[in-house]
Amino acid sequence: MSDEYENKSGYQAQSSETLTGSAGSTPDIDYVRPAELPEQDLYHGHTFITKWVFCQDAKVIGVQYFLTAVFTGIVGLILSWLMRLQLGFPGLAGFITAEHYYQFVTMHGMIMVVYFLTALFLGGFGNYLIPLMVGARDMVFPYVNMLSFWMFFVAVAVLMASFFVPGGPTGAGWTLYPPQTILEGTPGSGMGILLMLVSLALFVIGFTMGGLNYMITVLQARTRGMTLMRMPLTVWGIFTATVLAMLAFPALLVSAIMMTLDKVIGTSFFMPTILKAGEVLEYGGGSPILFQHLFWFFGHPEVYIVALPAFGIVSDLISVHARKNIFGYRMMVWAIVGIGALSFFVWAHHMYVSGMNPWFGFFFATTTLIIAVPTAMKVYNWILTLWRGNIRINTVMLWCLGFIVTFVNGGITGIFLGNVSVDVPLSDTYFVVAHFHMVMGIAPVMVIMGAVYHWFPLITGRLLNETLGKWHFWATFLGAYSIYFPMHYLGFIGVPRRYYEMYDSPYMTSAVGMNEFISLAAFLVGAAQFILIFNIIKTLKTGKPAPKNPWKANSLEWHTSTQPPEHGNFGERLPVVHRWPYDFSVPGAKDDFIPQTTPPSEVVHTKVEKT
Amino acid sequence: MHAGIIFFLVILGSILFHIFTPWYWTDIASNWKGMDDTITLTFWVGGGVFVAVCLFMIYCVFKYSYKEDRKAEYKPEDKKLEKILTVATTLGVAALLAPGLIIWNQYVNVPKNSIEIDVMAWQWGWQYRLPGNDGKLGTTKVVNINDDNPFGINLDDPYGRDDVMVQSDIINLENNRPVKILLRSVDVLHNWYVPQFRAKMDAVPGVVTYYWFEPNKVGEYEVLCAEYCGVGHYAMRGGVEVQDPNSYQQWLGEQETFSDLLAKQNKEIETKKVAKNNSKIEKVIYKEEK
Repeated sequence: MSDEYENKSGYQAQSSETLTGSAGSTPDIDYVRPAELPEQDLYHGHTFITKWVFCQDAKVIGVQYFLTAVFTGIVGLILSWLMRLQLGFPGLAGFITAEHYYQFVTMHGMIMVVYFLTALFLGGFGNYLIPLMVGARDMVFPYVNMLSFWMFFVAVAVLMASFFVPGGPTGAGWTLYPPQTILEGTPGSGMGILLMLVSLALFVIGFTMGGLNYMITVLQARTRGMTLMRMPLTVWGIFTATVLAMLAFPALLVSAIMMTLDKVIGTSFFMPTILKAGEVLEYGGGSPILFQHLFWFFGHPEVYIVALPAFGIVSDLISVHARKNIFGYRMMVWAIVGIGALSFFVWAHHMYVSGMNPWFGFFFATTTLIIAVPTAMKVYNWILTLWRGNIRINTVMLWCLGFIVTFVNGGITGIFLGNVSVDVPLSDTYFVVAHFHMVMGIAPVMVIMGAVYHWFPLITGRLLNETLGKWHFWATFLGAYSIYFPMHYLGFIGVPRRYYEMYDSPYMTSAVGMNEFISLAAFLVGAAQFILIFNIIKTLKTGKPAPKNPWKANSLEWHTSTQPPEHGNFGERLPVVHRWPYDFSVPGAKDDFIPQTTPPSEVVHTKVEKT
Repeated sequence: MHAGIIFFLVILGSILFHIFTPWYWTDIASNWKGMDDTITLTFWVGGGVFVAVCLFMIYCVFKYSYKEDRKAEYKPEDKKLEKILTVATTLGVAALLAPGLIIWNQYVNVPKNSIEIDVMAWQWGWQYRLPGNDGKLGTTKVVNINDDNPFGINLDDPYGRDDVMVQSDIINLENNRPVKILLRSVDVLHNWYVPQFRAKMDAVPGVVTYYWFEPNKVGEYEVLCAEYCGVGHYAMRGGVEVQDPNSYQQWLGEQETFSDLLAKQNKEIETKKVAKNNSKIEKVIYKEEK
């Protein structure tokens, strides 16, 4: 560890200087309490391996997470194409057997929820943005952070390996409901399911290492003046999601371990007496519903682990590009925390017709509909931020508007499904598929895309092409909306989900045309993502260099010593924070933004309401 | 500007699609109209909120798109407005929740005059059992199931003897008579679902689950498995025939009971025994002749 930051005493001297400044007769309006701890030692790699492979810089780790997650996302996208090929044009691709179809369904679901969205938001954006936004030089445990990524990488490798083992990957549905998951009759019930369970366990272990970093960095490593109520909502969203993940993932881990034991050594945690092919298997006394409780105790917070970072990021994007402070910041923070807390009391709304005691329905329907209130407040605050703003209709804002439309749509259908007796006819139909894709597939992806266009100049120093960006947006938004909006109506007809084929059921014959349309739209949306890839390659080669802080944002990540920020983020001195990140269009100010680092003495003539 | 127009067309298109869609509910054939009504109510309230939020957003896009010389309003909080919105949302949500819970209360409380039907599921098929003259189903055990006892009825349970066994994936129901569906599975999760009846519940191995409905339209319906149960899930179909009371009674009379089956088996066993004895006697006679 020879390459440490030197001259750390300099920072201490600086802070005590400020301290003495306040001792005078007039109170120093720029006073910020001095640093309590010396600065963190950072390990600066010099070789290619330590700089880019086993790297301890949270920004590089963030990009590594991002790229690995995007790789899994592309695999998930291709699987969705194959599924839609079968559903829209049954029999056209003869190689898709029922076994294959169910394997595609399962792997698509698991990849998109866990390995794509969770890893992308928390591992990708979390790593890149948390230290920058709270004014830290890096995560508090950089070495553990590096291990976290590589554990995730191994988890992805194990998951992908399951495509190549005898029997193929598991086809048990992403919920992995026993007993079928580990019995013959489900594809991949041998090696496939074991690799899935191992991969999930590795993911949880890796994620715990990363999650501790995100939490402790937010709690302990904020720069001077960065109070909790001055943090950008992005950080609030990712932080709360991480706390949820820390509490929820253990339930997944134990259920994965218990199921592995059922499979390998013949315990019966989830296995009752079972008659298969005329023979009674050597299981008995276990409860399949126990697994469902454990799974959804993880699974429902998981929805918010994806949604809360998206809420936070979209709040920041809307505020910056509407040139207006986020409306009701405190309400937004408490809504994030409240939704996070409530998300642990709603899990069994996935199980209204699971055979659990039906009296649970009353409790879980009530808690589920209560959660709609803080969520609705967030939506109101987003549109009220637009109201009387000065809105730049650029690519980033388009993704935000697309998010609002799809999220509200998916949120409303959630009220159908959460309201226990309404769920009865709709559960296990395409209404559910349409609902959750709209609300936790399309809506968060809209935010991811907006975030990519927004922070790309920070990460690479170049601005993405706007024209290509708009084409990308409209193809994705209109395409995705025309996939999932009509799909709800398939659910009303009563078409059940996870059907490889409908034969000539009266429910399906009336919907053949719609299925073909949905499939075509799905091919289009998938293909539209190549516009982004092309845009990125083109921009990296010939794109125009971004000016410093191109969006005129206030938060700290745009106020680093260099852009893109170097290792250590802030050069010689850590920034000192004097205000919240949403001082846009303050009356009396010269510019329409006041960065968080601007001390009050520089903007004395402005009417700042909250600092 | 064009962005606002496209978003507006999307919202307009959604409303028109909803009004003119040829894809909607399969006609209901049971008592659960309340579920449909709650859905309609939720559609009005929820759809109204969706349209209102989106239109407001589009209005903002038109009205407040970027101009160099304009400054956005600076107003971090508006406590009054936030309070009004919170209260209004809470009331709206409560108005949707109330009918949902009332119907759920009906759903979990089975009418006393309902007939119980044992629906047994396996990978991949269905069969059904009705109580006999005593009106009660006999108890069962998975380990009892074999060719001679296809439902696994406990032989020492007197209620089981007169149970009516329907070893087919099609079951007949009496019109306007509530049925309590008792679900059990011998292997994995299944779900006995008829879209026209709206109701459903998983069959879980190891326990007996239930739900009820009252069919109110004579006709034939398709049963679908609604809980993923392995590679044959999509092919796990069955049927229901709802009949008027007379035809139903006639159909019921034609079905075999458990004791019929046992008697048949006993007869077979006896026939076998007699055959064995006969051969013994023949042998003896043969010997004596020698």
